[in-house]
Amino acid sequence: MGSRKKWWFIISGIVILPGFISLFTWGLRWGIDFKGGTLYEVKIKKEEVKIAEVRETLKPLNLPDLTVISTGPSTFLLKTAQIEQEKVDEIKETLKSKFGETEEIRYETVGPVVGKDLKKKAIWAISLACLFIILYIAWAFRNVPKPQSSFKFGISAIAALIHDVLVVLGTFSIIGHFLGYEADAYLITAILTVLGFSVHDTIVVFDRIRENLKRLPGINFETVANESVIQTLTRSINTSLTVILTLLALFLLGGETIKPFVLALLIGITTGTYSSIFNATPLLVVWQRRVKS
Amino acid sequence: MKRLSITTILILVLAFLAFWVDRPSVKPLDLGRFGYRDLKIHQGLDLKGGVHLVYEGDFSKIEAKDHEKAHQGVLNAIERRINALGVAEPTIQKGQIGDKKTIVVELPGITEIEEAIKMIGQTAQLTFLEQKGEGEKMGWVETGLTGAHLKRADVQMNPQSGQPEVAIEFNAEGAKLFKEITQRNLQKPVAIKLDQDIISAPTVQSVIEEGKGVITGQFSITEAKNLAINLTSGALPVPVKLIEQRNISATLGPESIKKSLVAALLGVFLVALFMISFYRMPGVLAVLALAIYSGIVLALFKLIPVTLTLAGIAGFILSIGMAVDANILIFERMKEELRTGKTLGAAIEEGFKRAWSSIRDSNISSLITCLILIWLGSGLVRGFAVTLALGILVSMFTAVIVTRTFLRLAVGTRLEKSIRFKI
Repeated sequence: MGSRKKWWFIISGIVILPGFISLFTWGLRWGIDFKGGTLYEVKIKKEEVKIAEVRETLKPLNLPDLTVISTGPSTFLLKTAQIEQEKVDEIKETLKSKFGETEEIRYETVGPVVGKDLKKKAIWAISLACLFIILYIAWAFRNVPKPQSSFKFGISAIAALIHDVLVVLGTFSIIGHFLGYEADAYLITAILTVLGFSVHDTIVVFDRIRENLKRLPGINFETVANESVIQTLTRSINTSLTVILTLLALFLLGGETIKPFVLALLIGITTGTYSSIFNATPLLVVWQRRVKS
Repeated sequence: MKRLSITTILILVLAFLAFWVDRPSVKPLDLGRFGYRDLKIHQGLDLKGGVHLVYEGDFSKIEAKDHEKAHQGVLNAIERRINALGVAEPTIQKGQIGDKKTIVVELPGITEIEEAIKMIGQTAQLTFLEQKGEGEKMGWVETGLTGAHLKRADVQMNPQSGQPEVAIEFNAEGAKLFKEITQRNLQKPVAIKLDQDIISAPTVQSVIEEGKGVITGQFSITEAKNLAINLTSGALPVPVKLIEQRNISATLGPESIKKSLVAALLGVFLVALFMISFYRMPGVLAVLALAIYSGIVLALFKLIPVTLTLAGIAGFILSIGMAVDANILIFERMKEELRTGKTLGAAIEEGFKRAWSSIRDSNISSLITCLILIWLGSGLVRGFAVTLALGILVSMFTAVIVTRTFLRLAVGTRLEKSIRFKI
């Protein structure tokens, strides 16, 4: 690994950077789960209705913050700030009188209080998960030979994990801006899964370091870490491959509603494999060297 | 060898039981005091279609120490109303959003959503008012007779007008109060107020002793029916407000299930193909263990029962990934041990022993995440965490015990050769 270490960090930096900039400039496109609002998806029985026609038809209703997205042939998803049931009935009537029979596919309305609560809970869940994982790793690696500290293992694992979460959030910010994907409750679930997988990968490498440290006392830490990464490489790649295969199948063939969710998982798990090999372990090595000198 | 065969038999029995429960045409199971299981996969709203409602209670007019009781009261009343509606498999739960108390209602497969929403959210506080004062100062005051004094309420058709109306019958105390009110107000109007509105104010024609009356108003039949249900099942202790509503059409669900199932099957097939082509004989054994794994998890979904949502299916598929990971870890370790010149039997034992700490630590950290999600999450997130956690727990069993038993069985047979050479 040696002098290449800094390159691994630089590559990660390059991967994170666009997402990071996007997060700060465009932010995330929050779905109604988080900011509250009303969502109405409707299929118009008459074929070949254009999105512009729908927009034009709904204009007189003065719906607050209206966006219209086409989700299929003659199927449209309307999003607005939270509106009353009566207003939704008005939308239905207006569409019906203009285009004929319609079929309601989805109707969701979420109050702003609910969204705020979800945000708070999501932040709590992610922070708590990180904290407990650090504590667990510190405990599970408590027998690691001196002068290594088990807390360093835990914190390095979390650093790799924060990297992965940032990549997912950054990517969502970018595709949110260009493709209209929204951050909803599913995204939180995806991030938490990525978090689990990332730690999974990191622990496998760390476990091998722990074992090798005991088996080969007196050998310098960097060599041991390097050896451990190489020994677990086939496993890391094979495991990620199987998961990525499953997710790819879900992404290409699965239902439209879970697509953003699966995409987030795909990105997160791919970077998760990368980060546990090329970030978590080098970080541990660099940290170790700092302490020594 | 004896211990080994007991494990083998146990695995086979377990697999058999699991697949027996998994059969699509399985009959309901009566577990005696452990309850009754219909052994169906319970589908969540996003698969089956239906409506998800969150009501926020306004507890401002109630003392803080009684909030919990009133919250339960709202839940009970809503539960009675929904049961009277005859919705199959509803779920009604207390919830909390920030410091606000809520009731979460899920009604699968319901068609008349708007009517149901109106009915559930109605406070249905019935009060009887009489007039007090003279001329300008004249106004309505409460008589003390309320909906709490009702024994029953039914819909009936008014024989003269043909309009639907609600016939009410008071309990003993109510009947006494009603008699006094009618005595006091003979030839004067008495108003019937429902929540904030006076819905009728008939003039009392005679003293009513038997405690019966009718509420007339501009009701549709459904409205009258729902009012009768609400009056019988009791008013809500506090008013509620609908703060979240999600209607999921029944057509979206089956389509999503079908697509996701096809995707999942393809995913599993690809994984099996990969495992077998990369690890050969041990790969075949791992895929076999994976099949048993899927069988057990599905059986658990039916037995517990776990309500399956799209997110839940995703959690299940991911847990397959984790189960495969455990086997890959073990096989890679076995390869290493074989390279150091160990015998196959020794390499198998050593491979499992050495891989176990990785499997244990990584799965426990995933379980930690799941537990936090189950604890903090709501609906969708929780469904995902539950299936993932179940999957991880079962996968630790199948990937370690089942695969090891199979591999041990292979040692000393003709299969041994294929393991030795391809690994």
